[in-house]
Amino acid sequence: MTRFRLSLTRAPVDEPLLARRPFDLLCLTMACVLGVHALHLPWWLTLTLAGVLAARWRQRRSGGRNAPFWIKLPLIVLLLAVVIAYYGTLFGREPGSAFAVGLLVLKMLESEHRRDARVAIAFGCFGLMSALLFDQGIAASFVVALGLVPAVATLRSLEVVDPDLRPLRRELLPVLITLLAAVPLALFAFVFVPRLNSPLWGAPTADRAVTGLSDRMAPGEMAEVLTDDTPAMRVTFDDAPPMSASRYFRAYTMTNFDGQSWRPDYDGGSRSSGTLEGQPRFNYEITLEPTRQRVLPVMDMPVSAPDDARLRIDRTVEADRRIDEVYRYHASAATDYRLDATIDGRQRRQALQLPNDVGPRARELAASWAGKFGNDHLAIARAALAMFHDGGFRYTLAPAPLGRDRIDDFLFQTREGFCEHFSSTFTFLMRAAGVPARVVTGYQGGYWNKLGSYLLVRHADAHAWSEVWLEGRGWVRFDPTGAVRPERVSLGAAAAAAGSSSEGGLFDMAWLRNARDRWDVVNQWWNQAVNGFDALRQQGILQPFGIRQTDVGDLAIILAVGCALLVAGALGWAMFQRREGDALDAWMQRLERKLARTGVTRRTGEGPRHYLARAARSLPAQRNALERLSQLYLRSRYAYDEPPPESLSEFRRQVKEFKARRVVK
Amino acid sequence: MPPAGERIVAWAERRLPSLTRMRRREPLPILLHRRRIYIVPTGFGLGFSLLLAVMLVGALNYANNAALMMTCLLGAATVGSMLVAFRTLNGVSVGGLRAGTARAGEAIRVSLDIAANQRERMAVRLDVAGREHVVVVTPATPTAIEFALDTDFRGWQSLPRMRLHTTWPLGMFRAWSWLNPDNPVLVYPRPESLGPTPFEPEGDADRGRPRAGDELAALRDYRPGDPRRQIAWKLSARHHGLLVKDLEQPAPKEDWRLDWDSMHGLDDESRISRLARWIDEAKDSGRRWSLRLPDGYFDIAQGDEHYHRCMTALALRP
Repeated sequence: MTRFRLSLTRAPVDEPLLARRPFDLLCLTMACVLGVHALHLPWWLTLTLAGVLAARWRQRRSGGRNAPFWIKLPLIVLLLAVVIAYYGTLFGREPGSAFAVGLLVLKMLESEHRRDARVAIAFGCFGLMSALLFDQGIAASFVVALGLVPAVATLRSLEVVDPDLRPLRRELLPVLITLLAAVPLALFAFVFVPRLNSPLWGAPTADRAVTGLSDRMAPGEMAEVLTDDTPAMRVTFDDAPPMSASRYFRAYTMTNFDGQSWRPDYDGGSRSSGTLEGQPRFNYEITLEPTRQRVLPVMDMPVSAPDDARLRIDRTVEADRRIDEVYRYHASAATDYRLDATIDGRQRRQALQLPNDVGPRARELAASWAGKFGNDHLAIARAALAMFHDGGFRYTLAPAPLGRDRIDDFLFQTREGFCEHFSSTFTFLMRAAGVPARVVTGYQGGYWNKLGSYLLVRHADAHAWSEVWLEGRGWVRFDPTGAVRPERVSLGAAAAAAGSSSEGGLFDMAWLRNARDRWDVVNQWWNQAVNGFDALRQQGILQPFGIRQTDVGDLAIILAVGCALLVAGALGWAMFQRREGDALDAWMQRLERKLARTGVTRRTGEGPRHYLARAARSLPAQRNALERLSQLYLRSRYAYDEPPPESLSEFRRQVKEFKARRVVK
Repeated sequence: MPPAGERIVAWAERRLPSLTRMRRREPLPILLHRRRIYIVPTGFGLGFSLLLAVMLVGALNYANNAALMMTCLLGAATVGSMLVAFRTLNGVSVGGLRAGTARAGEAIRVSLDIAANQRERMAVRLDVAGREHVVVVTPATPTAIEFALDTDFRGWQSLPRMRLHTTWPLGMFRAWSWLNPDNPVLVYPRPESLGPTPFEPEGDADRGRPRAGDELAALRDYRPGDPRRQIAWKLSARHHGLLVKDLEQPAPKEDWRLDWDSMHGLDDESRISRLARWIDEAKDSGRRWSLRLPDGYFDIAQGDEHYHRCMTALALRP
């Protein structure tokens, strides 16, 4: 007699070895895991692990078995050493995932039994998932979802009786169907799983800086950003989009200059924001890609801070927490404005501060302007712009490197550079001439996507300009880059770069631009619908049903009830069994149910004629109807191979009309 | 298993007879339906769920919606696999019992038919007699599972409780149903190993003298019960009746008239096992025999049918 066992079965020692098909699928899964991580693993590690995987696959295919202990252990130690040597640590997102992926591949060396395969698959799923920590765009998500197919197929093939005999198509197709059938429940759970307002533990630290703006600007250092074509943010406007030349998005205002680089003045930022006079002209919404910083780019000139953020005195906006995932916010901007009509002594000192030992020749030039125009600061600024425009300056993304004194070198030697050089030097000159000035960095321009009606701002649209404080006017924006190359401001970074080099010509092809537009619309949709679906938007999900805010308890209840309903529906499918027999039997059963209500139930093994005769005796009022039914049934059933349609419909009609009533005597 | 676990199982067996192997006996065929199919997660299923929970918390913590969606997808597929496991067993019927013959002490071969309506059932497993049998059940033809049962005593032997289960499709859930068929198989009595030959009336001097070769000994008229392959078809065609070739037939042996009452001083079981041995020997040496029991008489005859009739009667002696 079999011993009763709970289903927590222990793997017996003599469990059979894995068949070829499950092992192949297991290798495929591991290859997928390796593939989705390939983008951020060092290339040599990816290649080595792929080599190990391929070697193991070949070895087992030709009849080899477990790798011996003296191979496995050194490999693990080697992996550990390599990861620590390369990253300097084992902890963190990159080294952690590199080590985990390496271990998964090495696990294949000892995967011989069903149990090993299951463990490997479970952690392989984990490995697939962890790739999404690096990139949760639509393409990466779909690649990971596709990686689940071989993973689930492996589990399935572990159960198949003779897995090697079945074609691979018969393994993968049902898995795809299984996953697709799981989508409704998955989507429902996704929408209603309560999101966390604040993380339970530390958010992952970015080991590598995300390309983008930083809170430090030195001439020439932004070049990497300016060639990065990935989206930085997408902007939708409530009304018509503003002119291209006024699409300035400010991120940092930089006041402190140490001769090399500009930095924001964080000490002054804690006080209340300055005064702004002006009409809000644009309402817009920004979907910001993760920056791993707190700053939110806003359109010049922001009227107020978005929710969960605050406005600094220099009119930059800082969010309450770091932007680690796609973030959406509303804001409004004024185009005709007067910012900080008066500034106090500290602010003035800050805006005039210069390091002593930098740019002696530039100072001379500025002093000459100051002597010429006196207190007419606007004239000084114009003189500087005129110099940039006419002084033989060239706009290029690949300028000659600057020497020790970046200001003088640029002004009098190289005379070529991009926005950073121009705004940095311009601001220096203004300060040297006694005009309060500061550098502003952010984005300028962007690409209007007609298909999606939004403005796509790429990292390449990063820009730096200057603000000069004029008596009575407040801070006024001056863009020296525009003086050198007007296309940069009016047409955007791509057009400006196209003039200086031949690249970018490809992007003018209409079909390619069209395809890029469409792809970007999809990305935007994914960002908004999926990645941007945070706690706040979840709380507002029931607004169409009149519930202003859905709290966590409600969400949990909805989740539980909804999942229960969906599973109940699926259970109905699982329980459903096609009724045996044909339509005639079905209608006969209906007649039996009617008769059963009057107490005439069909006995087991009782033939239809006997049964209906018995019913007719018991219900004399319906005697004729029952006899007709009996004859009709017998004829339909036994006179032909298949019940003919006309007699079937006649039978159906009569069953429908039949009213089983017991006559009260 | 810890004592607490044993207590729970004992309680479950007491309170939920259909859940466990304490299910009452029932006649074949047994149709599995939703009221007797139970599902629990396997160890792997529990581990995987734990991993899913970790992934869920991680995705929520890092506000990683893409990972959350993948986790939900995997979770939903897992739940779906539970229903598929149920569907694999739902509507499966177990019947078609066939048993071979065996004498007590030998293993008896038993075969059961597993049939399913409508759709193919992958990887249906039957735990019986300490072994697990895996079959794919196709809707058109029932699949036979053969296994051997150990036997101890003559008479009707009931089939052991067996468990029909599956972990299809992902191995995360086990659906199972206990079967306790009411259909016994018959075990013949165990013959004694040594003992006297039965009393033979007279004249057995040349008994068992071997006859050499395959030569045709004689042709004689067909008698009912003669094997067909010994019929001389060609010769019979020219004859008015069927002729039978007598080949290598040893010298005619005395018929054995076996009688329950001829053995004195033996208890019932000894008589049964001695009679069983005699019948075996008679059958093996090709002689004819008759058997007289207190409640019946089998007239002199030979052949398989006669043998089974006699052995059945012996097996079922009270």
